[in-house]
Amino acid sequence: MKESSVSLLAKSSIWKKSLNARTALLYLFPSILLFSVFVFYPMFRTIYLSFFLTDQHGSAALFVGLENYTYLLESQAFRNSIKATILFVLYTVPAGVILALFLALIANEKLRGIGFFRTIYSSTMGISVAASSVVWLFLFHPSVGMFNRFLSLMNLPEVQWLLDPDWALLSVSISTIWLNTGFSFLILLGGLQNIDGYLYESAKIDGAGYWYQLRRITIPMLSPTLFFIITISLINAFQSFGQIDILTKGGPSQATNLIVYSIYREAFVNYQFGTASAQAVFLFLCILIVTILQFKFGERKVHYQ
Amino acid sequence: MKKVELLNVSKTYDKKTEVISNINVTIEPGEFFVLVGPSGCGKSTMLRMIAGLEDITGGILRIGEKEANHLPPSKRDISMVFQNYALYPHLTVMENIVFGLHVKKIPKLERKTRCNDVAAMLGLSEYLNRKPRELSGGQRQRVALARAIVNEAPICLMDEPLSNLDAKLRAHMRSEIRQIQRRLGITMIYVTHDQVEAMTMGDRIMILHDGKIQQIGKPIDIYNHPANPFVATFIGSPPMNIAEGVMNEMQSEILIADICKIKIPDEDSRLLQTKQVLVGIRPEHIKAASKETSHESRMVVEAINVEILGNETIFSFKVGGHEWMAKWNGQWRLQVGDRIPIQMKYESICLFDRKTNERIKAPTDIENFILDKEVFL
Ligand SMILES: Nc1ncnc2c1ncn2[C@@H]1O[C@H](COP(=O)(O)OP(=O)(O)OP(=O)(O)O)[C@@H](O)[C@H]1O
Ligand SMILES: [Mg+2]
Repeated sequence: MKESSVSLLAKSSIWKKSLNARTALLYLFPSILLFSVFVFYPMFRTIYLSFFLTDQHGSAALFVGLENYTYLLESQAFRNSIKATILFVLYTVPAGVILALFLALIANEKLRGIGFFRTIYSSTMGISVAASSVVWLFLFHPSVGMFNRFLSLMNLPEVQWLLDPDWALLSVSISTIWLNTGFSFLILLGGLQNIDGYLYESAKIDGAGYWYQLRRITIPMLSPTLFFIITISLINAFQSFGQIDILTKGGPSQATNLIVYSIYREAFVNYQFGTASAQAVFLFLCILIVTILQFKFGERKVHYQ
Repeated sequence: MKKVELLNVSKTYDKKTEVISNINVTIEPGEFFVLVGPSGCGKSTMLRMIAGLEDITGGILRIGEKEANHLPPSKRDISMVFQNYALYPHLTVMENIVFGLHVKKIPKLERKTRCNDVAAMLGLSEYLNRKPRELSGGQRQRVALARAIVNEAPICLMDEPLSNLDAKLRAHMRSEIRQIQRRLGITMIYVTHDQVEAMTMGDRIMILHDGKIQQIGKPIDIYNHPANPFVATFIGSPPMNIAEGVMNEMQSEILIADICKIKIPDEDSRLLQTKQVLVGIRPEHIKAASKETSHESRMVVEAINVEILGNETIFSFKVGGHEWMAKWNGQWRLQVGDRIPIQMKYESICLFDRKTNERIKAPTDIENFILDKEVFL
């Protein structure tokens, strides 16, 4: 009798204690549902599939354990994809962030008609990847493309932008940087405008020059925004797909076959859903590790208000 | 030590309305000059023009002997305390204080000693390694002060630097700032809307209203000889009482708000020419009526509020639609609703022309007025 009442008491107190958690769950339910259907289920399904060989329809056929992974790590093509992806990230992220920061700094000056430039600089945000890639396709065209026209005007040798394996990755990177600039620019400009103007006035009275102000005030005050932009750019770079598909289709000779594109090819061209899944899991781990590292080392230098 | 000279300075933001107009003033080297006025009268604007943060749209500004209209802020030999502190949120208190010294490439050791000295002076030594957001409002304000003082610039501009401190700390900082200013011989231009600060700190004060100078002078001169009703009611606490008055030439007397009459002596009969006047009297000059008080200058009023501040009693009453206050020494056990006989002396009142707002008569019987130190034994 006594024991049961004690256990009842314990039960009811757990029920009471978890009130907050239950309320929170109720509020979170819609997003948990959406995430489950569109993120968590596919993710776990991918991990599951990466341990199997699959049939044409993508359903698991034969359990092979870690074989998909060992195959990947030995595969020359996949190693090439990793190398291309790393190079692509190195080309696009630092250059993209610096370019966006530069544009944001000049667009933050209080000049007449600056609104026009702000609109122009952020306009790439409003253009879809597909549309802009088609435009870049024309720009890169070997004979009628603007770049080669320009080079020949300057009496420089023409470049096979998308056809030369040494150039293709760089060309794709250039168009990617251009694509991402709008978003980064807008966010950085917002960050700059949030900095209190009095800080600069005070620095001016102390006699600090432009570069000194940039180094001691602007960059530190902007660091949370910069951190955010770097993280987003990194993840974006790892996941670039559209521009590759339209500009090069992973060629020439696998030079632009980034991991995401390679996953797509493996799954929907070669119907190897098992290895494709293994690649996807591998990419997921890469992004996870890079992001964790970034948070661990980058966040120390960030000043939150 | 440098002087600051403003010649006909004016400022407009929108090219239509002037927020500052025709300012002419010379601030002497080593002077503590206070700019005082109600909110929105253009004090900060004027200070920012002197600092070079705001363009001067008319007139000439001279710092030292040089014209400074187009000098960049860093070349004006100033330091400034901003109304909202403008501390760098990402730097520690210490880094904030030495920011200016760092810019000027002062050696590290000197930076440290100067920072420590100032921090000790302002009671900030414990907080040197904190970030501004970890400080209280008053502590932040002191960091802003420290940052200005540590630069040892010959001219220092302060925009309401004490507004966020509690009464006790404010009184302490008032004398602290004053002493620092005297010791270093800084030319100080100090903005405040608090007339107590203006009275107690300034060598000279300038009263600004709607962007126009109302009066410049020593605090006590302004108190005794206010140039117009605005100054009279702005300086002094409680403010000077004001009511409309009409001159009666026949009787040679002045009728105050249809209640009370005061005789005008023959030597001041020229005053009678101004018919419409404003009559002002300081609360401490309103006295209790005694037996000798003539029937005319006696007034019986009804107290509508009574405040006893330790050794002072302030009560208010209505005079012709205005609420007046009287300040008496001692603790008077008055009740709201009591009828109190009071008197006003001709010598204590101040008269202004109602049309031009100019002063035509200042009070002459300043109480406890001591000419010299001869009374000390
Ligand atoms: N950047 C600006 N653009 C347009 N008008 C302004 C600007 N700054 C100030 N003003 C106007 O100029 C007038 C004076 O402003 P100012 O800041 O100098 O007042 P203040 O005397 O310092 O007041 P407070 O005691 O409240 O700080 C105000 O009427 C204000 O609206
Ligand atoms: Mg102000």
